[in-house]
Amino acid sequence: MAILSKEEAQAILKKVISYSKADACEVNLNGSDGGNIRYARNAVSTAGQISVMSLGVSSTFGKKTGTATINEFDDASLQKVVQRAEELARLAPENPEYMPPLGPQTYTESATFNAATAAMTPDTRAEMVGKSLSVSKAANLEAAGFLENSTRFNAMMNSKGLFAYNKGTDVSFSVTVRNQDGTGSGYVDQSFNNLDKMDTLALSKIAASKATKSAGAKAIEPGKYTVILEPLAASDILSNMFRGFDARSADEGRSFMSKKGGGTRLGEQLFSENVNIYSDPLNPELPSSTWDGDGLPVKRTQWVQNGVVKNLSYSRYWAAQKGVQPIPFNRSIVIEGGSQSLEDLIKSTEKGILVTRFWYIRSVDPQTLLLTGLTRDGTFYIENGEIKFPLKNFRFNESPVIMLNNVEALGKPVRTGSGMIPPMKIRDFTFTSLSDAV
Amino acid sequence: MKRKDFIKLSGMGLGAMLLQNLTAYGTPIDPLQALDRVDPKVKKELADVALNAAKSKGASYADVRIGRYLNQFVSTREKRVQGVANTESYGIGIRVIANGCWGFAATNNVSRDGIAKAAEEAVAVAKANAKIQGEPVKLAPQKGYGEVSWKTPLEINSFEVPVKEKVDLLLNVNDIALQNGASFVNSVIFAVNEQKYFASTDGSYIDQDVHRIYPSFTVTRIDRTSGKFQTRTSLSSPMGMGYEYMHPKASEKVEGIIPRYKARYDILEDVKFAALNAAEKVKAKTVEPGKYDLVLDPSHLWLTIHESVGHPTELDRVLGYEANYAGTSFLTLDKWKSKKFQFGSNKVNVVADKTQVGSLGAVGYDDEGVKCKKWDIIKDGVLVNYQAIRDQAHIIGLEESQGCCYAQGWDDVQFQRMPNVSLQPGTAKLSVDDMIKDVEKGIYINGNGSFSIDQQRYNFQFGGQTFHEIKNGKIVGMLNDVAYQANTQEFWNSCTAVCDASDYRLGGSFNDGKGQPSQSSAVSHGSATTRFNGINVINTARKI
Repeated sequence: MAILSKEEAQAILKKVISYSKADACEVNLNGSDGGNIRYARNAVSTAGQISVMSLGVSSTFGKKTGTATINEFDDASLQKVVQRAEELARLAPENPEYMPPLGPQTYTESATFNAATAAMTPDTRAEMVGKSLSVSKAANLEAAGFLENSTRFNAMMNSKGLFAYNKGTDVSFSVTVRNQDGTGSGYVDQSFNNLDKMDTLALSKIAASKATKSAGAKAIEPGKYTVILEPLAASDILSNMFRGFDARSADEGRSFMSKKGGGTRLGEQLFSENVNIYSDPLNPELPSSTWDGDGLPVKRTQWVQNGVVKNLSYSRYWAAQKGVQPIPFNRSIVIEGGSQSLEDLIKSTEKGILVTRFWYIRSVDPQTLLLTGLTRDGTFYIENGEIKFPLKNFRFNESPVIMLNNVEALGKPVRTGSGMIPPMKIRDFTFTSLSDAV
Repeated sequence: MKRKDFIKLSGMGLGAMLLQNLTAYGTPIDPLQALDRVDPKVKKELADVALNAAKSKGASYADVRIGRYLNQFVSTREKRVQGVANTESYGIGIRVIANGCWGFAATNNVSRDGIAKAAEEAVAVAKANAKIQGEPVKLAPQKGYGEVSWKTPLEINSFEVPVKEKVDLLLNVNDIALQNGASFVNSVIFAVNEQKYFASTDGSYIDQDVHRIYPSFTVTRIDRTSGKFQTRTSLSSPMGMGYEYMHPKASEKVEGIIPRYKARYDILEDVKFAALNAAEKVKAKTVEPGKYDLVLDPSHLWLTIHESVGHPTELDRVLGYEANYAGTSFLTLDKWKSKKFQFGSNKVNVVADKTQVGSLGAVGYDDEGVKCKKWDIIKDGVLVNYQAIRDQAHIIGLEESQGCCYAQGWDDVQFQRMPNVSLQPGTAKLSVDDMIKDVEKGIYINGNGSFSIDQQRYNFQFGGQTFHEIKNGKIVGMLNDVAYQANTQEFWNSCTAVCDASDYRLGGSFNDGKGQPSQSSAVSHGSATTRFNGINVINTARKI
């Protein structure tokens, strides 16, 4: 019930729009169906499944908008939700930033849905977790992990004839494997649209190997080091930067994208020349919806080219203020790289530190995008192209903007979370203290 | 984090905001609908459907939570209302033990058939997982309380206060900020009402009505010429109270270099100081890194308590249940068993308390039907206890749960969450002024800023809202770019003085994240102003 086809969704939305008496009406229909297993200490701790669907109506008179939502879909309920949205609209304060609905748009079909993922059951999940547990149990290690899958659909229609629909699936898995005395810890984290790509056994083996190899870590002095960031570590830090690619906050003077004296850094060389960043909902490794919440088509957007800021995202309102085309932000970020593997980057390093992942990253200064956080689950010292020994974890204080000015090399991008991120070799990365945490 | 989603709304149109973001909290409704209630008799009948269905499918234990979760957000920026929304989330969550394993299912189809189907699914999930389960779940015994109820003690139900009154207040807040030099200001009132009904096969039927409120603002000051900007956020605290928190009272105000507040808040006064502070921050001198004595106000210290005392004493972290997400804890069982692990100096006394009036964590019963209580966690600096729920109590030799179970909604499974964890005030008379008089080289910090701590809670770094330099017992001016880094045990052992009870105030987190899928909970942390000697302060200024 919770997952409707394009035709089923369209039929409900058409009916809702036909009940509208407002100047403008926008209707959203969303549903999701999924389940999860959480495990720790080599045993299942919690598990569950949930299925929900809801319909939201946004009605506007002039610049006054009201919204109401319902999770019943008979004709009387649909009429009631439209009436309620219209009543609320009449009571609402005027929104000076209101934008009238878009007319019909053309969208490319997305590749976000996978039938095998949609067909997962509690038994599929138990079996996948069973494979992960077999690794930790066999090696006398302790695993804590989380497996979750969901299928969801989103559809919208408005009174100007726009209709958009997308159906997608996700399966995500992460596991932390620790040794019995708590002196070593390893981690993996992976998400796909497609279940066939998810190998909980192979991933758990990587985490187990890191747990063993990271035991007996040595302390070295904090300071500036060349680091090799695994794609997960790079993604942990850089995901904090992409939200700043927003024109409005930059124009308002309260972002690292703001220019001294006013304006934005659009067109400026903000990063090293080897930094190229784009997003593309049709990237086959990283498919995402081809329309955003406003109904705008989402297309390939180049954010950074050869280190120069090429685009900032503009909401429809801000674009109208600035006389430019709106540019929706898309989370499916690709950072381009080369063909080198993580191992190649290690081999080419005389002295450096390999970081598996970062943890508890928080903004320290939004002006410079200075972030703090810690390394976690496998930090290693590299000398003459080889991993020599595990290191105690560090706290860092570093800005991703500074980091992307110190790029020595970028490897081959891989899917990491909601991005395609390469392993990175960065010089002068700032570690400020040591942590005893494992 | 759901709060982040909410904060990100700035700049979006009202309709778009409601549809795309607020549905995470629940279903948008008419403000007046929030005042409707479901009869406990009806809830008892529905609960029995769930319990009977679960037992008939083979559950050895079952509990059911019928939840109606209401939120109201009123948000503004400068002279404009950004959003007014009331949301409701109503449904039922059923947790069972079958074949020795937990299972959970939830549905918003609160009909007899929908409930029975969810109960059946919960049992199926438990049985599927029992195949890969090790030890069976061991629950601490819990007597049934029969039909009981509890309500947050409040004077004014926030949901009964007209939206217009809140909008007018926030626009007034914004005007004051702009008049006092702010470039931008965002202000928000966020109210929560959890109407929770819990029933279990132990024979409890518990009806609770829980209220929380959180007013806040951020003032931004921009200096276009230098390209610098600074913010100052409110020194309010989220509270387990009604709208009476918004009505200032002289007896609930603490005078000082910046006014601060106890159980009543003066948002109009705070925003004026905030605008002035933000302007001062743009021009303040940058800190010289080094060792300083820190004088930490409760509006700041609550977060340090939360991260470095609250989280590491969560028993699920200690045992490894959070290893894959929030992390584990340096406060391992051997340290507790030794009865002499010196967590802090002998000035450090910390209690857990789910009964504290006005606190965010106060309820009558937790989300697995255990009556709430108060207990010591750190006594004279020594670690003496943790925070536990029913399936963990036996691990630390407890006969019964400490009542720390919570779920953020009906569709989330309940698990161990932090109770209010508070530093007790000093027993000797000591005012903030007297504390500062004694400091040669120090920094006085108000408000919470950037925060980060490792996964076992050893190494942390905290910022703040305002930093005043103390030289030879006097406050001499404002500093910028301040953050302090320390090791938890060293930090709490450097605690040399705690002000007396007259300075005791609550701070708190409205959205503390933990668990997978991540859940949010609200928790308070009380303290009086406290001094820590010789703490490492770093300078956070950079150039890009």
